[in-house]
Amino acid sequence: MKLSRGQWAAWILIGVPLAVLALWAIVDNDKLFFTTLLNGLTLASLYFLVASGFTLVFGLMRNVNLAHGSLYLLGAYAGWVVGDQTGSWLLAVATGFVTAGVVGLLLQVLIFRWMQGQDLRQTLVTIGISIVLADVMLWIFGGEIYTFEPPAWIYGSIVLPLVEKYPTYRIAVFVMALAIGLVLWWFLARTRLGMMIRAGVDDRGMLAASGANVQLLFAITFAIGAGLAGFAGVVGGSALSISPGEDTRYLLASLVVVIVGGMGSVGGAAIGALLIGAAEQFGLAYAPTYGIVFTFLIMVLALAFRPRGLLGRPA
Amino acid sequence: MSAAHWRRAMNGQTVRSPRPAAVPRPAFVEVAADPYAHSDAPRWLKSLWSRLSARHVLVLLGVLVYPAVASPFFTYQIGAQSLALGLIALSLTLLGGYGGMVSLAQMSVAGMAGYLVAILGTSTATAISLAWPWWLAVAFAIVLAVVFATLIGWLSVRTEGIYTIMITLAIGVAFFYLAQQNYTLFNGHQGFNQVFAPAVAGVEFRQPVPFYYLTLACALAGYGFVKLLVRAPFGVALQGIRDNPRRMRALGYHVTAHRVATYAAAGLLAAVGGVLITWYNNRISPGSMGIGVMINILVIAVLGGMKHPIGAFIGAIVFVLLQNFAIDLLGTDFRERFNLVIGGVFLLIVLFSPDGLLGLWAKLRSRFGPRSPIANQRRQP
Repeated sequence: MKLSRGQWAAWILIGVPLAVLALWAIVDNDKLFFTTLLNGLTLASLYFLVASGFTLVFGLMRNVNLAHGSLYLLGAYAGWVVGDQTGSWLLAVATGFVTAGVVGLLLQVLIFRWMQGQDLRQTLVTIGISIVLADVMLWIFGGEIYTFEPPAWIYGSIVLPLVEKYPTYRIAVFVMALAIGLVLWWFLARTRLGMMIRAGVDDRGMLAASGANVQLLFAITFAIGAGLAGFAGVVGGSALSISPGEDTRYLLASLVVVIVGGMGSVGGAAIGALLIGAAEQFGLAYAPTYGIVFTFLIMVLALAFRPRGLLGRPA
Repeated sequence: MSAAHWRRAMNGQTVRSPRPAAVPRPAFVEVAADPYAHSDAPRWLKSLWSRLSARHVLVLLGVLVYPAVASPFFTYQIGAQSLALGLIALSLTLLGGYGGMVSLAQMSVAGMAGYLVAILGTSTATAISLAWPWWLAVAFAIVLAVVFATLIGWLSVRTEGIYTIMITLAIGVAFFYLAQQNYTLFNGHQGFNQVFAPAVAGVEFRQPVPFYYLTLACALAGYGFVKLLVRAPFGVALQGIRDNPRRMRALGYHVTAHRVATYAAAGLLAAVGGVLITWYNNRISPGSMGIGVMINILVIAVLGGMKHPIGAFIGAIVFVLLQNFAIDLLGTDFRERFNLVIGGVFLLIVLFSPDGLLGLWAKLRSRFGPRSPIANQRRQP
């Protein structure tokens, strides 16, 4: 990749102060720095899981699903109920994926299919759905905080170089996100269905004209995207906890991640998640009052220099 | 873009503006054309008079005598709150309905104005509040909130259509978190208490009836402002940009500047509404502009209908009535379920009548009411 002079200037302008700050932080307190880095990586993994589904749905259907956070919370609650009944965490994860996926499928088939091409109306409908879902879940589960019990082999802590002790589960989250990312890449790049989805992202009309069943494709994509949100709900709920309000938190996170990374690009979601997750954790560790400002600053910079996001392409 | 630049751009387009310059009329219809032609009243008054209908007079009389027949609860909690919320929703109608930019950050602009009134004026947080005289605090609050709105606009017009919602949502929530976490300026999650409306010339604006008339005056001014703006060359160009930005760009309009200017104009309405709602609550805190409230403003605007400025106020009245009386309607089982009710109503409206209650009304009228000859003509294939 060849960089123009302006891009060089931008990289130097942003990169050099960051490198200096990082060096200073390592010299000052290396344990804090690397723990924060790992925390940022964990958070980025969670954000990637949520945002990848969001960006997949948007890329193909131009549907800004503002109920994505509600699907996250729905998957988490459903997983908690099953996990509580059966005692199996893996079953809880599967339930989270399936429940959110089925609800997403129903939403696409029953509602969004009938207002294709009306972007704004679809978005308003998703807002309505998120209000209703959030209140129904509050009604059923109340305001309490729920926690999962992951199996013993990923619970506890392991000893790592530089940071000494670190929770195993957080490493597991990172590994899971990496695995999901690889599977998603394989699915999109190597399978016939993935090829159709990519073709649909680039030119929906042409794909339909070549004989692909676009409605089926939309339904599958929506189910996968929603399922990823539900999956992330259980995984994230185990890392932190589930409570009302988490839906908007993860909705906002996936919005920012996707805006920074580029709408419709799974790779962009990964980069955006890394940036935002790291910014949030470093902000929390080094400047607690203004943590959110860093996130926002990244968004502003990305918008100012690359309005379509880092890996975004013209629609 | 400077004011002179605007004027030049506007003057250059007069030929295309939908209100053509005075066409010389044949002499024999002159008498019937304008019955006020020989009166001494200024032109704006005459044009206002010719547009007024019985409807307007009835509504105006209704809102003016309302405090006389309603209890203080209905005057303050229902009347004044609806008008203040309606004013903020009106700013969204201007942006969304006429500009095609649905911004969720209008409540953040309103919150900014409310915060500034508390910071510059008086409140219980004496360590932060500067205790300026109320008129100075309000003036600065509104100006700075408009600057804030312009910045939001400048940032979000870089993207188009559906992206705007996401970016303004992100901006609004970021501002919410900033206000919640910052103690030196925004006083954290407590916010500011006892931010009272001032007493001017012996009138205590904290009292229900004076406060109602204050919000009414602001709401009427805001309504008139939007009505005037959307008929002015600026507003007509804005609607052109909403419908086809590429074409307007090709015609030589500065689309981005137009959009940012609309954010500023809408910011003015939202700022006034924000000051009023802060005085109404007597307090401002991050919760006053959280994500739920931001979405409530969208719900209000969509509920009423974004095709006409009155929709914002109709939506606000319905919203406030539901908020206060949904419990009585549904029984005690639903005491806490207001969000379910309003979310359900919103969903129904969006699914079945995208133009809101106004659209529903228009649909009913075209089905059951008398048909105008033009409507009949359109129905023929």
